[in-house]
Amino acid sequence: MVAVPAQVAAPAALKAEVKDLNFYYGDFQALKRLNMPVYEKQVTALIGPSGCGKSTFLRSFNRMHDLYPGNRYEGEIRLHPDNVNVLAPGVDPIEVRMRISMVFQKPNPFPKSIYENVAYGLRVRGESRRVSLNEKVEEALRNAALWDEVKDRMDEPAFNLSGGQQQRLCIARALATDPEMLLFDEPTSALDPIATASIEELIHDLKKKVTIVIVTHNMQQAARVSDYTAYMYLGELIEYGVTDEIFIKPKKKQTEDYITGRFG
Amino acid sequence: MAYAKNLEEIRKLIASHKRWDLFFACIGVVALMIGVLTFVALFADMAIKGVPRLEWDFFTSFPSRRAGQAGILSAWVGSTLVMLTTAFFAVPLGVAAGLYLEEYAPKNWVTDIIEINITNLAGVPSIVYGLLALGLFVYQFGFGQSILSAGLTLALLILPVVIVATREAIRSIPQGIREGAYALGATQWQVCKDHIVPYSSAGILTGVIIGMARAIGETAPIITIGALTFIAFLPPSPIKAEPPFVSFEWLTSPFTVMPIQMFNWTSRPEAAFLVNAAAAGFVLVLMTLAMNALAIYIRYRLRKRIKW
Repeated sequence: MVAVPAQVAAPAALKAEVKDLNFYYGDFQALKRLNMPVYEKQVTALIGPSGCGKSTFLRSFNRMHDLYPGNRYEGEIRLHPDNVNVLAPGVDPIEVRMRISMVFQKPNPFPKSIYENVAYGLRVRGESRRVSLNEKVEEALRNAALWDEVKDRMDEPAFNLSGGQQQRLCIARALATDPEMLLFDEPTSALDPIATASIEELIHDLKKKVTIVIVTHNMQQAARVSDYTAYMYLGELIEYGVTDEIFIKPKKKQTEDYITGRFG
Repeated sequence: MAYAKNLEEIRKLIASHKRWDLFFACIGVVALMIGVLTFVALFADMAIKGVPRLEWDFFTSFPSRRAGQAGILSAWVGSTLVMLTTAFFAVPLGVAAGLYLEEYAPKNWVTDIIEINITNLAGVPSIVYGLLALGLFVYQFGFGQSILSAGLTLALLILPVVIVATREAIRSIPQGIREGAYALGATQWQVCKDHIVPYSSAGILTGVIIGMARAIGETAPIITIGALTFIAFLPPSPIKAEPPFVSFEWLTSPFTVMPIQMFNWTSRPEAAFLVNAAAAGFVLVLMTLAMNALAIYIRYRLRKRIKW
């Protein structure tokens, strides 16, 4: 079982709690009895070798698995402060996705204008007043460190942007609706080192506003951006703890082997 | 056979492989030319015979017993109205069905059977649609031998083409786009209306045009439901002088269409009527080409805005 994490100096509030989470793709069990806290306004990184279930775990938070048939959850992901189990059958996945936003591995802007990309989440929520849309779009683009680059070309297609800019646009799109939690699924794996650095810097700034969970296959990235780290292997959570401790003196041999590159 | 070892042998091998490239290129050109040249020859023949006949009168005159005075007014008006009616029914029905099958329908054996059947429907002979329409639209629903019956018949005929094209277009949208929209809390309908339909519209349009190009040339089902071969009046105007200013009376009017007019003329013994038929054929081909050109233009405009 996973050890209770050592608390940092100022203990952060609990944003979400994963309790005995199992997940099945048809008959295949992809996640096995995961237990883990997610702290408010902190960055939690999920690491592990390919196929260990870290993306599957991440996509459980906003119920993305509901889009495809044959997927099944067991257990709970409790979202605070209202302590609702987002996986409960009675909870509408659409409501969950409105509270928890997501940024994907490959930048996936809509083939619309830059402005409409960022405004889309607000439009889905029924906002149509131009003034408040303008305001929110600008705020989101500023928070995503993209405003200065795009403020004069809001009507241009999003595809005119570079890969790194597109990914920041997707972050702005996810931020525009003030989500409680932001999920990143290997957000830099399709980007060059410079764009990666800017996204990492952005994640560092964003945690002042929002709780972040990030999947990464890059251990240096996990060490750089996260406060807490969970190491997963074959659908199990091997070790969870404060990032510094996981990387400096992991409690389990398995974690140490992976982090030091002897395995994985 | 030993594989090539030295540079000399490798070069020889490449040369012999490349002969196959050349061989297929030749076959390809021949295959292409058989189709293209046949069309060009037919079209040129029709144009040479028919073009001298294309005066203004030809477009503004009704059919006549005298070849020199006969025109295609009722035919081109009929064809245009039937096409409008066809598009009005086929496009919403086909797009809705395709959208449902791709985005909403559960993927199971029932959907598979429906899929196979739609593909098969595209191969059903058009005369069968004509017989179906005669029983259903003309008699059962009492629409009579009207533009409405013809439009509905042709709409049914091209529906499979529109559905298949819609599905192909929808399938070409990357899954990441859907996930991006769903992740923002969009419902299935919001995803369809804001993303799927707009992004697939260029592809849908292509299917609509292929279907319409087929429909405009259809003769058999139209004859079956009882289009007239000799008609000397126009359907009532859709615009009226008195309120409510619009009228749909034209839908119930008897009519003829271009291919029927052509067929009628080609069956006459006098050579002058054959010239009329050639001229009408020329106009029909131009109508089809104009429709295609419009579609290509709209598609070009749509594609300029949407790319991934």
